[in-house]
Amino acid sequence: MTLLKTLAIAAAGLVLSLGAAQAAEGQKTAKDISFSFEWPFGHFDRAQLQRGYKVYKEVCANCHAMHQMSFRNLSQPGGPEFSDEQVKALAASFQVQDGPNNDGEMFERPGLPSDRFPSPFPNEQAARAANGGAYPPDLSLITKSRPGWYGTINQLINGIGGPQYVYSVLTGYTPDDQLTEELKKEQPEGKYHNPYFANGPWIGMAPPLSDDQVTFDDGTPSTVDQMSRDVSAFLAWAAEPKMEERKRTGFMVLIFLGVLALLLYLSMKKVWAKVH
Amino acid sequence: MSGHASNYQPKSAFGKWFHERLPIMDMVQGQALDFPTPKNLNYFWTFGGILAVMLVIQIVTGVVLVMHYTPHVDMAFNSVEHIMRDVNSGWLLRYMHANGASMFFIAVYIHMFRGMYYGSYKAPREVLWMIGVLIYLVMMATAFMGYVLPWGQMSFWGAKVITNLFSAIPFVGDSLTTMLWGGYSVDNPTLNRFFSLHYLLPFVIAGLVVLHIWALHVVGNNNPTGVSVKSPQDTVPFSPYYTVKDAFAIVIFLMFYAAWVFFAPNYLGHAINYQEANPLVTPAHIVPEWYYLPFYAILRAIPDKLGGVIAMFGSILILFALPWLDTSKVRSGNYRPIFKQFFWLFVLNCIILGFAGSGAPDNYFLSHEAAPPDQWALTYKLVGQISTAYYFAHFLVILPLLGLLETPKPLPASISDAVLAKNHPSTVAVPAE
Repeated sequence: MTLLKTLAIAAAGLVLSLGAAQAAEGQKTAKDISFSFEWPFGHFDRAQLQRGYKVYKEVCANCHAMHQMSFRNLSQPGGPEFSDEQVKALAASFQVQDGPNNDGEMFERPGLPSDRFPSPFPNEQAARAANGGAYPPDLSLITKSRPGWYGTINQLINGIGGPQYVYSVLTGYTPDDQLTEELKKEQPEGKYHNPYFANGPWIGMAPPLSDDQVTFDDGTPSTVDQMSRDVSAFLAWAAEPKMEERKRTGFMVLIFLGVLALLLYLSMKKVWAKVH
Repeated sequence: MSGHASNYQPKSAFGKWFHERLPIMDMVQGQALDFPTPKNLNYFWTFGGILAVMLVIQIVTGVVLVMHYTPHVDMAFNSVEHIMRDVNSGWLLRYMHANGASMFFIAVYIHMFRGMYYGSYKAPREVLWMIGVLIYLVMMATAFMGYVLPWGQMSFWGAKVITNLFSAIPFVGDSLTTMLWGGYSVDNPTLNRFFSLHYLLPFVIAGLVVLHIWALHVVGNNNPTGVSVKSPQDTVPFSPYYTVKDAFAIVIFLMFYAAWVFFAPNYLGHAINYQEANPLVTPAHIVPEWYYLPFYAILRAIPDKLGGVIAMFGSILILFALPWLDTSKVRSGNYRPIFKQFFWLFVLNCIILGFAGSGAPDNYFLSHEAAPPDQWALTYKLVGQISTAYYFAHFLVILPLLGLLETPKPLPASISDAVLAKNHPSTVAVPAE
């Protein structure tokens, strides 16, 4: 089969010509936990996304913005799918600045679903000043911009491990009493040891989660592990909110093209039968 | 074949009236439908059609993306996210366009290697081949500028590294770089001119493609035997034979493309490009997109900046001379037993060059570990240097010598003979030695 050979060579060439990406010096490979949204058939777990949003809102949002996200996204299909009423009430619980009004004044009003998530700091300088010089990055795209592991073939099969990276950072702190003497000498003022951190191993963020910090509405016990999983899943959705639509469309497209290919193949056989 | 007379006869009064004023249907009939095409083309010959389809897909998705994109350093990144999140099927358009670039390059590399293996650059197809190399050059410029537009970290730093290369050119380098940037660093004017050129160049490519097809229709297709068409028995009309075969291959290629778009849309890009460009923070490793890696390896292989730039551009420009560097009169690699082996070595070498371009120069090859300085070690850089030397040796030493030293296998008397020998071995006499 010349065709098969063509495709095999194309695929092999492609896989081979992709370089091995580089890991930061000494960064530990993320913990390979599994999520419901992996693989072509995977989709998000609504309850998990709702729990994850709560962790973001009550914990992460104190320092981290998500400026690509609006409240209305929380009720759109393929996401946490809160009801429209829930989202309206949620948005209204925030005060947002609007204006200027006809008098040229800025004013505060209750939030609307069309508003973006409010940012905790007005600008990067204010964020750094409040966090000992470290800048808490915007989390809208964090699971797409931070690989948890590397390798040409590994990433092709397992993805870049972005959600796993977030989970590993949240659960991967070395407790201060377990630091070796050598590490203690290196430890910068106000920094914590986290071997999973991309610019690590010293991270400015104090361990953000502790057991029972958030009360989940569905009664799920809020262990650090559970909260970390849930918020990682939420951030994965936030980075790729159209994932479910994408995969669903993908199957329809492939089925359509597959049938078309079959029909064209049969036509081709018929047309060429008289040649030679 | 250039003089192939069309049998077009206008059927209606309007058709006749129109034909007398613009004989375009006559051209369609002669060049697209009846065009005599060797009957033995294999699936490697379908990549021309695949590339035409990819060009159209890139232009159509690109034109729609532009309706939603904002070419400004403060807004470009967010406008791309706006496309991903708020524009109806915007995610589909953007993923088709981004992955489409990679698919375009996969197809063009197969198309070029096909030409190299079957000697499609040899007389009388030199001009056809050279227009193809020109298309490839413009494609590379277009893709590079397109990658800058989302204004992520790799967009910015990639642009910085590549535009900096031009400063190595003696005398005019600095002025040239300033002109490319529109200032003294990569900034808003750079983004604006890249956006403008990224919109312009695909139409330049489309124009070159017309010339490429024109040149093809003057000299006719090469074929897997490399033997010229000798009689009408050697050919079939392009339609329906190759329209249906190309359509089948195109749909199979679209399935391969769709698998990336829908199930691994970000694999071929860089994760760091989902972080907005920041001129104050340099990424740990600046690497170009996969399709440039072999050339990046050649650039880094030469210790001198200007030398590296010359080698990199030379590695593409040398393709223009290929028709005269290959001294063999036999076109197809099928009848050149030694050339065939060197051809696959060359392909392998290009893949190794790709790997050599992907890692930090002073790390051990295919490893994340830094090699000790002042000591011999098989580093990315060393592998790149060896492969670069081999790349040029292939064109400058191996091809010219092979044509003189190699004894080719006997060629079939005609395409029909070769086809018959393959399908009904007993009916054809062994060709005379």
